[in-house]
Amino acid sequence: MKKGVAITGMGIISSIGNNVKENYRSLTNSSAGISFPQILKTHHANLPVGEIKITNKTLAEILELPLNHSYTRAALLGVLAATEAIKESGLKEEHLSNTGFISGTSVGGMDLTEKHFREFKDSDENRRFIRAQHPGFTTGKITEYLGVGGFTSTISTACSSSATAIMLGARMIKAGKLKRVIVGGTDCLTKFTLNGFNSLMILSPDNCKPFDNSRSGLNLGEGAAYLVLEAEDVLDGKKVLGRITGYGNANDAFHQTASSQEGVGAFLAIQKAMDIAGLFPGDIDHINAHGTATLNNDLSESRAILRVFGEKVPPLTSTKAFTGHTLAAAGAIEAVYSLLAIQNDEMFPTLNFQEAMEETGIIPVLQPEKKELRNVLSNSFGFGGNCTSLIFSKDE
Amino acid sequence: MSDLRTELKQSIIEQLNLEELEVNDIANDEPLFGNGLGLDSIDALELIVLLEKEYGIKLDDPQKGKEIFVSIDKMAEYIEAHRTT
Amino acid sequence: MNRRIYINGVAGISAQTEEDVFSNTPREYHRNIFPAVTRDYKEFIPAMALRRMSTAVKMGLTAALIALKDATVEMPEAIITGTGQGCKQDTEKFLNEMLDKEETLLAPTSFIQSTHNTIGGQIALNLNCNAYNVTYSQNSASLELALADALLLFNEQPAPANVLVGGVDEISENITSFMYLDGQLKKEQILNLDLLKAKGEGTMTSEGAHFFTISSTKNEQSYAELLDISVLNAEDPEKVLLGIVEFLEQNSLSPADIDLVLLGNNGDSRFDNFYHFLQKGIFREKAQVGYKHLVGDYDTVSGYAMWLGCKVLKRKEVPQILRLNEQPAQKLNKILLYNQYLGENHSLILLGST
Repeated sequence: MKKGVAITGMGIISSIGNNVKENYRSLTNSSAGISFPQILKTHHANLPVGEIKITNKTLAEILELPLNHSYTRAALLGVLAATEAIKESGLKEEHLSNTGFISGTSVGGMDLTEKHFREFKDSDENRRFIRAQHPGFTTGKITEYLGVGGFTSTISTACSSSATAIMLGARMIKAGKLKRVIVGGTDCLTKFTLNGFNSLMILSPDNCKPFDNSRSGLNLGEGAAYLVLEAEDVLDGKKVLGRITGYGNANDAFHQTASSQEGVGAFLAIQKAMDIAGLFPGDIDHINAHGTATLNNDLSESRAILRVFGEKVPPLTSTKAFTGHTLAAAGAIEAVYSLLAIQNDEMFPTLNFQEAMEETGIIPVLQPEKKELRNVLSNSFGFGGNCTSLIFSKDE
Repeated sequence: MSDLRTELKQSIIEQLNLEELEVNDIANDEPLFGNGLGLDSIDALELIVLLEKEYGIKLDDPQKGKEIFVSIDKMAEYIEAHRTT
Repeated sequence: MNRRIYINGVAGISAQTEEDVFSNTPREYHRNIFPAVTRDYKEFIPAMALRRMSTAVKMGLTAALIALKDATVEMPEAIITGTGQGCKQDTEKFLNEMLDKEETLLAPTSFIQSTHNTIGGQIALNLNCNAYNVTYSQNSASLELALADALLLFNEQPAPANVLVGGVDEISENITSFMYLDGQLKKEQILNLDLLKAKGEGTMTSEGAHFFTISSTKNEQSYAELLDISVLNAEDPEKVLLGIVEFLEQNSLSPADIDLVLLGNNGDSRFDNFYHFLQKGIFREKAQVGYKHLVGDYDTVSGYAMWLGCKVLKRKEVPQILRLNEQPAQKLNKILLYNQYLGENHSLILLGST
């Protein structure tokens, strides 16, 4: 197995916790963060979501921002998560000025756009939010706050965005283009995405049931998570949380929003990740699946997994029943969960599961379970056929 | 009776952006999906919205669309049986 | 040692055709938001797919297919797209409907087509291409980041033979018009050709799609060698100059080695001084050209600049209409492109003749 890229810090905020410790506690206590929207003012107040119960006003106060700030909700969440990651890694101001930042987001500042869209023309009160609509703006706000001054990039490939961001960061470190980089993503709940997914009829009216035979769709969520990656020669003896040993991106090329029956893109992404890691199927101890609980994804992802692993599918779980589907942030949030799993040799459960899918018979992890975990595969698949798989490994 | 079919065709052409087509180009019994008109799953979702918007019929299960949207005739029959507007 | 890479196929859709520019008879536009030249997309895209597509997707997919054809490549090993503002037409369509109907009875098509990676996704669908496919959206550095990823790919194992890279941005009725409200566009309507002489803040905007088939193999049809790319943060022109000198040094070059500079002057009095500083200073004796008076300014307009650089190298001519100074280009070996928007994302692209 090839040595991977070192991870020296991680940070997260989701509907099951405002930091890594709180998230871990919820995961290990099977305590989900699915509720009805309260902060998001929507007509669809009956749709379960993974909402972070902190208003933008409070988030801004925590970050000590001035009243007329132009931080989108995604930027606010992103700053919090990235700050935690930086703190853990011990990076100081002098390091941050040439540390890279690669972030994934799907709708950027849409939360502010949808709020003020009809007002811009007649009132100049909120025009500072006009540019905030676009993904690069949110990223710029986060780097500005953190004092991060190196290579900056935003990836927008729907639900695989932050996983792809992590992949790019790892590739750049390996190529010697960067010594340090903060990678991950952020997305917040918006009426735009809630209504969008609703129009596709893939939202569940109940708490979602990944990999269950009677699953009826996904719950949307929100959150942010970031990892700090560092090159070998600047580690300086600091603690390594885990390593990114494999990564792969492929396109399903089947349909704009649905996955192919056999999960072609997923299969290829998983294979590429294993090739980079120099691992065989038998080396993967656990899978954190994309597992959105839609009829389409869970079946096509299962088929891809069966194709890779044959009879010996490693224990798999979807943590989306805890957090909801956090769109672009999912890859990074689940990266943190994969690392927590590795650090604690513990697999987290797939909540709400009752009956295996009749097509596959796969039963996911049902209770928090201790197991020695050396290599964890994490999948993130998005609209536009975009599939990214990552492999996290214990630092040995 | 034939007005509903014409109305349906006009709505479909408009809703699904089938700019090249006219009402006369769509036969009443022609398959809408697959071979025939060649509509896809996104169009099916659009038709579900159309059903509710124009005829007050709410379909909760997108899979049901497969049985109803077979052809203009089948759609018209279903609408006549279930419409609330 | 970085692998050498070449631009073997190009395609551009913008507010000017190639003939408009090289015959020195550019199109005139009298409004500060102007569209790309319309064309028939049916030649490249089947009707059933075309009916759903916004301008960005139509332009992007068509330019991608033309760039591949131009390089006689059937299937690229990667598709990398940059878009600053994504699919705005479908975004505002869904948003408007959602606001008008108070979140009821919404049709899905415009939502589906609104995600930033729709363009890359549609290219993959059209080609049935399962390869690496990523979309970058970093304001005016979007295309540059896509190109940087391509460069990275060519230096990894196994290296691709051909990578398709492009930048796309479209105009939309509401969202683009907001640019008048926050000072990005000039309030008074002007003629595009007068842009660089116009006083005051703001610029003009338009849309475009520019795709490039990049390869590790040079051939007779190659337009240019893609030597290097960089995006700098810089608060003032002096820092930009330092950045340029360092960038060229890393490529064993100095400013004296540059034959032609392609500059992103856009008539915005707040920021054009970044270009003026170089025009009056280090590149004073060099042939200087601009292009935003022809095609406006938008996040991925550096795609137009790169397309133009390739065409200039291939045709070995520099149209008069582009010239910012009287200095002719003595030779056309090394071309430097420099662009920035609102004082951010200072980008450098270095092209070499083949």
